[in-house]
Amino acid sequence: MTSAENLQAFKREGRIVVVGASLAGLRAAEALRGAGFTGSLTMIGDEMGEPYDRPPLSKQVLTGWVPAENTKLPRRREIDAQWLLGVPASGLDLAGNHVRLADGREVPFDRVLISTGVRARPWFVESEAALDGVFVVRTREHAEALRRALAAGPSRVLVIGAGFTGSEIASVCREREIPVTVAELAPAPLVGALGAMIGDVAADMQRAHGVDLRCGVKVTRLEGDAQGRLRRAHFDDGSTIDTDVAVVALGGIRNTEWLQGSGLAAGVWGIACDTGCRALDLNGLITDDVFVAGDVARCPNPIYEYRLISLEHWANAVEQAEVAAHNMVSGQADRWPHLSIPLFWSIQFGVNIKSVGVPTFADEVVVTQGSVPDRRFVAAYGYRGRVTAAVSFNNAKWLDHYRQLIETAAPFPPPCPTPDQPADMKPVPVDFPGPTLLAQGATVVVTGHDPSERRVTAAHQHR
Amino acid sequence: MRVVVDLSRCEGYAQCAFLAPDAFRMHGEEALMYDPNPDDARRDQVLRAAAACPVQAILVDQLEGRDAPAEASPS
Ligand SMILES: Cc1cc2nc3c(=O)[nH]c(=O)nc-3n(C[C@H](O)[C@H](O)[C@H](O)COP(=O)(O)OP(=O)(O)OC[C@H]3O[C@@H](n4cnc5c(N)ncnc54)[C@H](O)[C@@H]3O)c2cc1C
Ligand code: SF4
Repeated sequence: MTSAENLQAFKREGRIVVVGASLAGLRAAEALRGAGFTGSLTMIGDEMGEPYDRPPLSKQVLTGWVPAENTKLPRRREIDAQWLLGVPASGLDLAGNHVRLADGREVPFDRVLISTGVRARPWFVESEAALDGVFVVRTREHAEALRRALAAGPSRVLVIGAGFTGSEIASVCREREIPVTVAELAPAPLVGALGAMIGDVAADMQRAHGVDLRCGVKVTRLEGDAQGRLRRAHFDDGSTIDTDVAVVALGGIRNTEWLQGSGLAAGVWGIACDTGCRALDLNGLITDDVFVAGDVARCPNPIYEYRLISLEHWANAVEQAEVAAHNMVSGQADRWPHLSIPLFWSIQFGVNIKSVGVPTFADEVVVTQGSVPDRRFVAAYGYRGRVTAAVSFNNAKWLDHYRQLIETAAPFPPPCPTPDQPADMKPVPVDFPGPTLLAQGATVVVTGHDPSERRVTAAHQHR
Repeated sequence: MRVVVDLSRCEGYAQCAFLAPDAFRMHGEEALMYDPNPDDARRDQVLRAAAACPVQAILVDQLEGRDAPAEASPS
C-alpha cells in the first residue's frame, strides 16, 4: 500500500483516542470528524459529564448570574465518540499502543491526542487546605462551592495570589460588596504575566475598588477553629486577618504525572511538542502517533526564537486542537504548523483586559494609545527593538493591528497611526520579577492567513 | 441552548447585547458577559445575535433540540 492509501485506510477505520475530555479534547474530536475521520474515536476524561467551559467559572458563575452546571460547551457537530468518563488515564504504552486507565482497562489506539490540561495548585499545607472555607477554582464543582460560600455573605474573603484568576475573584467579591483582601508576593497584581508597569495600573484599579491589596507579602498559615472552619490567616510580616473564606489562586500544575515512564518529554513544564503538535520523546525526537494540545502542551514558537512555550489560554487550546486534529489525519506534506500569536483576555473591575503575543518576552514597554488614568489604553512590548506583544485595557479593537506588528517583526517602539497617542511615549524597562528572557537570534515573520498557508520565513534584522 | 463566545476575538461591539439582552450584557465599557445556557425560548434572539456579531465570535450549539447528547452519558 502507498502511504496515501494507508492514510485513507486510517481515516476510514483507524482508532483515535483523546485523553482529557475538555475544551481542547472536544474541539479536536469535532475537527477530526470534520476532516472526514470515520474510524473509532474514544474520549477519556477523569471528570464526569460533558465538556464545559472554564473562563465563565471565575466570572459569570461567581457573580451568581449563571449556575456552574450551565457552562457545557456547545457542539460544532456530532462526534460519534465512545466516552470513558470519570476515570483517569494512568499510563501510556507506546510500544503496545494503548492507554492504561486507573481501573485497569486498556484502550488501544493508532493515534492518540493528549489534552490533560492543568489542575489548580492546592494550598501547600494539606491540613490547612482541607479547612472548611478554603477554595481553589479550576472545575465546575470548585466554582459552585465557592459561589455558595460567597452567597452566604462571608465577613471577608482572602484571595491568595493576584494573577488573572485571583484578580477576577477579587473583582467579583467587590461587585458583590464582600470585603476582600488580596495577598500577592510580587510587588503588584498581574506582574508575572504583564510586568511592573501594568502591575501598577492593576494595583491602582484594585485599590480604587476597595480591595485591601497587600503586595510583597506571603501568607504563611491558615488557621481554623475547633470545627475545622477557616478563621484567620497569618502573613510573613507578622500580621493576621480574620477571614472565613480563602481562595488559593496560585496557578496550575500540569497533568503529566500519568505519562511517567511513557518515554515522552513530559514533566512539570508540560509536554514538549513541535509546531505541528506532535509530541517529542525524551530524546527530543518527534513521535509519529502522539499529539498534544491545550494547557498541557509546550510548543515552540518561531516568532519567539523557537522557545517552547506553554500557555494557559482558551484560544490557544482551541487552535492547537484544530492543528493537532488536522495533522492526525493528514500526510506529511499536508501538515499545518501552529503559528498563531497568543491571545488572552480577562474581565475584572469592569475592564476588558486583553493581550496579544507573549508579554514576558520583552525588555521594554510603552503606552502607545489612550490614557492610563482612564484605564483605556494600549501598551506595546518590545524585545531588542522589535514588537513582541501588546496589552489593552478597554481598547480591544486595536489588538489585531498589534498582532500584525508582531507577525511582521515591526520595529519597537511602533509607529502608531491613531489620534489618541499619549503625549509622552517613552519606553520603560518591562521589569518582570523573575529573570527576564534574554536571548538573541533570528527574526522570523509569519506569512499566510489560515493554518493551511501559514509559514515562517527568515527575515533580516531591523538593526 | 448552549453558547460560547470566543472573547479573544470579541471586540466589544455590543451588537449581541442589543439583540439579545438577556443572554449578552456589557460589563463596564467593553467587556462582554454572557449566559452560556440561555433559555430555549430565546433561541431566535440568540441566533440573531450570533449572526450579527461582526467578528463571528459567538458559537451556538449545532445539535439542536438535544439536551444531553447520548454519547456523553458516562460509561
Ligand atoms: C477559572 C478560570 C478562568 C479562566 N479564564 C480565562 C480567560 O479569561 N481567558 C483565557 O484565555 N483563558 C482562561 N482560562 C483558561 C482556559 O480555561 C484554559 O486555557 C482551557 O480550559 C484549556 O483547555 P484544555 O482542554 O487544554 O485543558 P483543561 O480545560 O484543563 O482540560 C483538561 C481535562 O483533562 C482532564 N484530565 C487531566 N488528567 C487526566 C487523566 N490522567 N486522564 C483523563 N483525564 C484527565 C482534566 O480533568 C480536564 O477535564 C481560565 C481557566 C480557569 C480555570
Ligand atoms: S457582537 Fe460580537 S464582537 Fe460585539 S460584543 Fe457581541 S460577541 Fe463581542
